[in-house]
Order: sequence, then structure tokens, then C-alpha cells
Amino acid sequence: MAELTQDGRKIGDILLEVKNITLAFGGVKALTNISFDIKEGEIRAIIGPNGAGKSSMLNVISGFYHPQQGEVWFRGQKRGPMRPYEVARQGIARTFQNIALFKGMSTLDNLMTGRITQMHTNILWQALWKGPAEREEIAHREKVERIIDFLGIQAIRKTPVGRLPYGLQKRVELGRALAAEAKLLLLDEPMAGMNLEEKEDMCRFILDVNEEFGTTIALIEHDMGVVMDLSDRVVVLDYGKKLADGTPNEVRNDPAVIEAYLGVGH
Amino acid sequence: MFYRESGDFKTSYSADQQTFPIRLDRHVVYGILAFAFLVVPFLINDYWEKSVLLPFLVWAMAALGLNILTGFCGQVSLGTGGFMAVGAYACYKLMVAFPWLNMFIVVILAGLITAMVGVVFGLPSLRIKGFYLAVATLASQFFLVWLFNKVPWFYNYSASGMISAPERTLFGIPVTGAEAPPWMTYLFCLTLVTIFAFIAHNLVRGRIGRSWMAIRDMDIAAEIIGVPPLKAKLSAFAVSSFYIGMSGAMLFALYLGSAEPNDSFGIAKSFLVLFMIIIGGLGSILGSFLGAAFLTLMPVLLKNIMVGWFGWPADLAAHLELLLIGALIMFFLIVEPHGLAQLWRVTKERLRLWPFPH
Repeated sequence: MAELTQDGRKIGDILLEVKNITLAFGGVKALTNISFDIKEGEIRAIIGPNGAGKSSMLNVISGFYHPQQGEVWFRGQKRGPMRPYEVARQGIARTFQNIALFKGMSTLDNLMTGRITQMHTNILWQALWKGPAEREEIAHREKVERIIDFLGIQAIRKTPVGRLPYGLQKRVELGRALAAEAKLLLLDEPMAGMNLEEKEDMCRFILDVNEEFGTTIALIEHDMGVVMDLSDRVVVLDYGKKLADGTPNEVRNDPAVIEAYLGVGH
Repeated sequence: MFYRESGDFKTSYSADQQTFPIRLDRHVVYGILAFAFLVVPFLINDYWEKSVLLPFLVWAMAALGLNILTGFCGQVSLGTGGFMAVGAYACYKLMVAFPWLNMFIVVILAGLITAMVGVVFGLPSLRIKGFYLAVATLASQFFLVWLFNKVPWFYNYSASGMISAPERTLFGIPVTGAEAPPWMTYLFCLTLVTIFAFIAHNLVRGRIGRSWMAIRDMDIAAEIIGVPPLKAKLSAFAVSSFYIGMSGAMLFALYLGSAEPNDSFGIAKSFLVLFMIIIGGLGSILGSFLGAAFLTLMPVLLKNIMVGWFGWPADLAAHLELLLIGALIMFFLIVEPHGLAQLWRVTKERLRLWPFPH
């Protein structure tokens, strides 16, 4: 099954599949009968105009919304109704469109919180600290420090994130999602509001994460240059419906997509 | 210049995440503790015990508890007085039912019972937040005080409706009751507060503390990255009520000696503890102590200055004291809305750089 991309990365089997998802808020249909899949190791982009249902789709995948119809399959198993924290435990991490960091905590604590699904010492050992709790803390600290090195945020390790500039906050948020060592990483507009340099850095991080750790990534992004360069496959949504699905080239030349989203030159 | 961390290098993560990472802090805190444990017991008299040290320790314990819930987990509670009452009555029932039981164990068991009650009254927090939760916890305050007034079993059918602590000894020396020497009650409370302050710090710096703070800072994001809100909120309620219950037990058994629900554990006490943590600093262990010190020691200090030094009439001093405390609270909150602990933190940052501005 494994196929290779042009740059030599390995794309594996289907990691996550959504089948016929329909999500409605009262009478408003946010998503209508959407199906697509995400394969292991690929970078999958979800694009579409504002209000197309992209973020709703991510919220369905991360268990925050429960669709009226349709199924989510993760690692070959159908997922029952789940609370978001249970989804996180299965190995799905995400970032948010408008930064959702824990503002009162330091960068380090934010990243450590990202690993919370893998920390287990009970409250009595925690109260004692010496022993298992400290050992666990140090083991996870080592992993988190690797991510801090990877993202180049050593200097702000102990700074409360509320004090950081926007671009760095976005980076810390990526770090927090990375810290979970998830199978699937969902990025909701990782480059929104960034300048060109910050965007380039972020692209580099996304590619490196995908290459070095083999993490599967699904991302929502409005910058078409970024989407076309980064992603292996693109799914296009509009008004809650799926318009197109395919490689960046196929999508770019799809008349329906050009009509709805990309636009034509005048 | 005097206070510096340069040159204080850490070469292991274990050293980096210790309780007092800066050497001077460490020495000062251990120095204060040594003084409190080794010197104060020899100097203490009845006045210092009943007016200064015991109230400070008891309310510091309560403030620690509420700070865990409100400061670290972001759940506002006005039920502190009620939970202290649970601790006090549990302590009383345990003391009467098991006269041979060690007082430390009695206080800790009273805390555990309060923790269970706290979890029950914490259940609404899963649905409601902020001011609305404050109102819901207010209900627990009134309900618990009502319960201890109305059900005679809790005060062992005593005619006055009050509970009073029987004499219990620790190592052959009375620790409760009228005969207890000041140094004994003081050391008892100091030991408990010191141990549980370190435990509180251990809890908030690890996994559990982070899950609380994540819920406080952004509950939806916390849930999506894997913090179960039910567990985080209820564990905060449990731990917080545990501390508050212990403080209630200490207030009743060691400090007051006898208690009555309306006066000792009324709504005013809930507000007092809430003000302590707001003035001291939400989300700070040190802040709990500073806030408790501010609101218990400042009135004593002002009274001593006005009556003792200036020789003013006591009634005038009592009214002026209220005015001055109010003014001081406003002053400190305007200077630093995040409380005395933040003020201290900012001062430390400045001191570290002094005399150079950058």
C-alpha cells in the first residue's frame, strides 16, 4: 500500500476517514454529507471560503462537535461518541484558529500540559513529589525540551505566554500540540496573521515535523501558495459541501473550485 | 545586587524545578522555618498565640485551600465558611467518638470528610461557571450552616447548640482544651500548615496542577488537548475542601475551643478567605500566606499602634482600624491588581537587575 511522494516521503494506509458527515446547528447545515480520508504520513489541506465548514470539520474530528449523521474512523476502527479528551488520548492533537494557549502558564508548562495524556502518577505520589512523580516529570521534561530545541524557543521557556508576541504564541501552540506526540496533528490556520518570515518558519516546522517524526498533518489554511506547496492532497469545502478532492494541481485546475474560491484573473 | 540569580546555575532538570530555585530564597525560607520551629515556641505567650500566630496559621490554611480552587482551577467559591464548619463538626464528632485517636489524624480525617462533601457541592461546577457558580456555592454555605444548626446529632444534643473541644493530648501534653500550652497548639498548627503548604506546592507544579490551571485559563482548549474536565474540577474541589476542612478543624479545636455555626462559620468567613486570596494573589502559594497575614495581622498591628503607642481610646481605634484596612486594601489592589504575591515577584525581578535598569 505504501506509496512514495516525489520528495521521497512514505504515504501509508488510511489513518482517519470521515464518512458522510452531516452536522447541523438547528436549521443551519454546517456540513452536508462530507467524506474524505487522511492517509498516514501525508499533509492534507482543507481549504474553502469563510464559513465553508472547515473549522467545523476539525471540531468534528477532535470530538468537540458530534455530527447528526456520519461516522469517523480512526486507525481502522469506527469511533463511538467520544468526549474531546478521549479523542486526545487516542492520539489526535490540534491547534486553534485564534490562539488557545493557557495564558497564565509559562511556555514550558504549556508544553508540559500538552503531554498530560501520557502522565499518570496518582495524586499521593504527586503530593510527595520525590520518587515517581519527579521521575515522570523529568522524563517528560526531556521530551518537551527536545520540542523546545526544535522550535527554537529556549529563551522564552519560563516566560508566561500571555507576554509573548503573536508569532511566538502561534509557535508555542504548535509546540503544545507536538508535545502530545500525536498520530494526527490538526492545524487550524497555523499561519493566520503572520508576516512572510514567520510564515516561512512555520512552513519549515510543519514540513520538518512531517518528515522527521512522520506525523500525519491535516491543516486549514487560506494562503494558497502555502497550501499548494505543502500539501500532498487538498479537499475543498464550500457552504458545507465538498467541492473537490485531489492533489494540489488537480484542485487548482478544477473549474468549480476556481469559481467558488480561487477566483479568475480579470 | 543583594538578590541575584546570576551564577546560580542549574545542571539538571531536577534542580531546575525544585521548590525554591533561587539560592537566597531557599536560605531565607529555611531560615524562617527554623526560627518558627526552634525559636518561637520558647518565646510564645498566650497573647501571641491567640491573637497573632494561631489565627494567621488557621486562615493561611483556609486561604491555601481556596486558592487551589479559585486561584489555580478558576472556580469561584463562596462556600468556604460552610466547608470549614464541616471540618469543625467532623473534628468534633471524631474527637468525641474516638478519644484515643491522635489529633493529627483527627484533623486529617476531618479534612477528608470535608473533601467528600466538597466534591458533592462541586458537582454544579461541571455545568456553571464564574459568578453563577459563586451563587451556587453560596447555597452550600447556607445549607451547611443551617444543617449544623438544625440537626442536634452534629452537636451531640448539647443544650447551648455549641460544640466545644474536649481535652486531647499529644505525647502526654494537652493540645486542645483550656489546659493546652500555647507552644503546643502553635507547633501543632505550624507543623500541619508547613507540611500541607509543601504538598500544595507539589500538587500545583505537577500534572494535577497543570490540569487545574489549564481548566482555569481556557477550559475548552484544555479538554481538547486531553484534560478531563470532570476529573480536574472535582479533584480541585476535593483538595481545596480538604484544606479548608482542616483549617475549620484547627479553628474549632485549637484556636476557638468551642464553636457555633452562625458566628464561627458564617458567610462573612467565606468572604474573608476570598479577600485574603485576592489581596494575597490568586494562583500563588505565597499569596495565600501574604493575604492571610494581611487580613489577620494588620488589624492587630494597627490596634497596637493606635491604642498602645498613641494611647487613643479603644472604640475610636476600632473604627479607624476598619477605615484603614479598607484604604490599605484599595491601595494595594490599585498598585498591583494581581495581589501582594505579584508585587513581591515584580520587586524580586527589579532587585535582580539592580542597580542596572536592563
